[in-house]
Amino acid sequence: MTRKQKRLAIIAGALGFIGAATGLTLYALGEQTSYFYMPGDLAENPVAAGQRIRLGGLVEKGSIVRSDDTHVRFTVTDGSNTVSVRYNGILPDLFREEQGVVTEGVFDDSKMFVADTVLAKHDENYMPREVADSLKEKGVWQEN
Amino acid sequence: MSIELGHFALVLAFALALVQMAVPIIGAQIKNDTLMRVGEPAALTNFMLVALSFMALTSAYIQSDFSVLNVWENSHSAKPLLYKITGTWGNHEGSMLLWVLILVFFGALVAVFGRNLPLSLRANVLGVQGAISCAFIIFILATSNPFARLDPAPMEGRDLNPILQDIGLAVHPPLLYLGYVGFSVAFSFAIAALIEGRLDAAWARWVRPWTLAAWMFLTGGIAMGSYWAYYELGWGGFWFWDPVENASLLPWLGGTALLHSALVMEKRSALKIWTVLLAILTFSLSLLGTFLVRSGVLTSVHAFATDPARGVFILGILVLFIGGSLALFAWRAATLAPGGLFQPISREGALVLNNLVLTTATATVLIGTLYPLLVEAVTGDKISVGAPFFNLTFGPLILPLLVIVPFGPLLAWKRGDLWAVSQRLFGAFGAALAIALLAFVLVDRASVLAALGIGLGVWLVLGAMTDLVVKSGVGKAAPSVVFSRFKGLPRSVFGTALAHAGIGLTTIGIISVTTLETERIAAMQPGETVQIQGYNLRFDSLRPFTGPNYTEDQATFVLSRVTGKPLGEVVSSKRLYTARQMPTTEAGIRTLGLSQLYVSLGDQTPNGKIVVRIWWKPMVTLIWLGALVMMVGGTVSLLDRRLRVGAPMPRRKPAVEGRVA
Repeated sequence: MTRKQKRLAIIAGALGFIGAATGLTLYALGEQTSYFYMPGDLAENPVAAGQRIRLGGLVEKGSIVRSDDTHVRFTVTDGSNTVSVRYNGILPDLFREEQGVVTEGVFDDSKMFVADTVLAKHDENYMPREVADSLKEKGVWQEN
Repeated sequence: MSIELGHFALVLAFALALVQMAVPIIGAQIKNDTLMRVGEPAALTNFMLVALSFMALTSAYIQSDFSVLNVWENSHSAKPLLYKITGTWGNHEGSMLLWVLILVFFGALVAVFGRNLPLSLRANVLGVQGAISCAFIIFILATSNPFARLDPAPMEGRDLNPILQDIGLAVHPPLLYLGYVGFSVAFSFAIAALIEGRLDAAWARWVRPWTLAAWMFLTGGIAMGSYWAYYELGWGGFWFWDPVENASLLPWLGGTALLHSALVMEKRSALKIWTVLLAILTFSLSLLGTFLVRSGVLTSVHAFATDPARGVFILGILVLFIGGSLALFAWRAATLAPGGLFQPISREGALVLNNLVLTTATATVLIGTLYPLLVEAVTGDKISVGAPFFNLTFGPLILPLLVIVPFGPLLAWKRGDLWAVSQRLFGAFGAALAIALLAFVLVDRASVLAALGIGLGVWLVLGAMTDLVVKSGVGKAAPSVVFSRFKGLPRSVFGTALAHAGIGLTTIGIISVTTLETERIAAMQPGETVQIQGYNLRFDSLRPFTGPNYTEDQATFVLSRVTGKPLGEVVSSKRLYTARQMPTTEAGIRTLGLSQLYVSLGDQTPNGKIVVRIWWKPMVTLIWLGALVMMVGGTVSLLDRRLRVGAPMPRRKPAVEGRVA
């Protein structure tokens, strides 16, 4: 091979590799970004059972029900709409009534949201930003 | 009073940084030795001034001087001394001051250890360092002043975020910043080369030790951050693909690529322009990381406070430095003499492949991190890109690279013999395959992929060892000759082998814990026992306990083998920090061999039991031990005679550069 051919072969190989990586990235962005929903969004556009999403909002006052084993139920609200959530495990330290929460999981067939991850804020100044922004839009945000 | 002194010292440091930026570079342009020599004392004095300023803030923390706003917001008189000191950088303002302190520290190191650099190169490097210092000091003074006073002074402070009250805060940020900011030296060398229009193999030899040191610290910083999150957040995750973590992974990947391409440039005078570009990109990724973490664009434990002015300011610095350096690159790169070509099957070829894969993988992580921000900025939609995205893109890209790592060091420069190298690796390959098979057969629940993953890790470790075995001539010479050859191998060969083996260990740890982890969730009351992975864990008692600035409920568990052999106690607790009324979970962790048992407490159930979550984390410690081995590898390489800056000019005393480590 001449110098030029060699160089072309290397460039072609590199481009092929980068092309494959680009394809992979585009595919993953299409498939794997779990979208963030508030209860109000779900009332407008319900998602199918089994589709993985993030659900955020406030934990509704008086909605936390602990069973005698390790299961917990609570309701996530954005002030107008609500979604019931079921979770098995340990809740974060700062999980409280009327506080921001982000849960990740899927809806089961009976419209119950089954969360496998529950995230609460890290400290008193921190509210998941997605939640804070959405609440501000809805006018139920309160500066403390 | 001393706090005003600290403030004043920082203002002086800014003025001096302006001098350090302008005078040596102008001197180099007009070839005036006196002006060029200004860089060195300026850099040293700058370091002393910023150190003074930092000490003023630290002493305000130690004395709990709540008349300082920053101390009042983040400290408490009942806090243990260690956390008073580390609390200095446990907030936005203080951590930026630490960032600048480390930046000027590196500037001072270049001034001291770079005495045998050509005068104009040193002047330009120190000038660029001065420019970066200028930008960040004015950022602190204008938007994040830690020296603001509070009048009247409150009696008590608001305490540090309890999550940060941990030994991790003493280790993780300084190490991480040493890494992040350490890449500024490679960046300054790159810019200096572009300004001068001169670039040779010696340049790569000067840049390599600085890059290696920064890479080592960054490795340690990331690993420490990962372990800290693992034990502190209470659910035992070691990596979350959180944007803030990605922000530290990006410069690490770029820096790893840079280390390898600088090697090609040093040994073969090839990939010159590419290496310069990588040096610029790596530090740009460090700056991007600083922006992502410090601007408040992202919410996380790391985003201490959100103030839009800061975000815009750092974005400005980012655009100025990245845009400016890339423009300079576009303008000047053509003047640099390009390097030669080489055979694809050779050490250089392998290193180019390494660079191709690493930079592409860096790009996918970058896209996954920035895409949600871009989508939100453009359309207002909020999406989250999480672990599934990275597993699907980063995973398939990086895994083939890991498979071919052992071939690289065994291939000869210029023209390698792939078949001969493969033959040498047969042993390692066979052993790795055997271990994968064993894992598949012996471990319940081990899937084919898990077994292959563990085999891959073993392959990396044994492949790295094979390099040492082959290079010391085992089987080809008498044992005494082999021994003396082994002792005589260059330190960088050991460094390479250790770093690659470290990657292997980390791989084993990650694969094993993600595929073989088991967990139990149970509501327990004292006296009850849970069985996990051949161990019995009996809930013994729940007692209140009072610490210096917190109260907690301590749950004591008694651990034993199923066979009855006692293994002592595991203590896990729910803690309440009284000043902030903030609860935290202190996980109980017991290391058994390389594996860990991880016990976390939850809430009480209505009938008075406590929810307990227990994980069995097989070989999890290898994740961080691997990183430690990589750091040792980096240190060993740094001690290599050939890596010292003094090497190109043998008459000078070459011993100094080794102390960079």
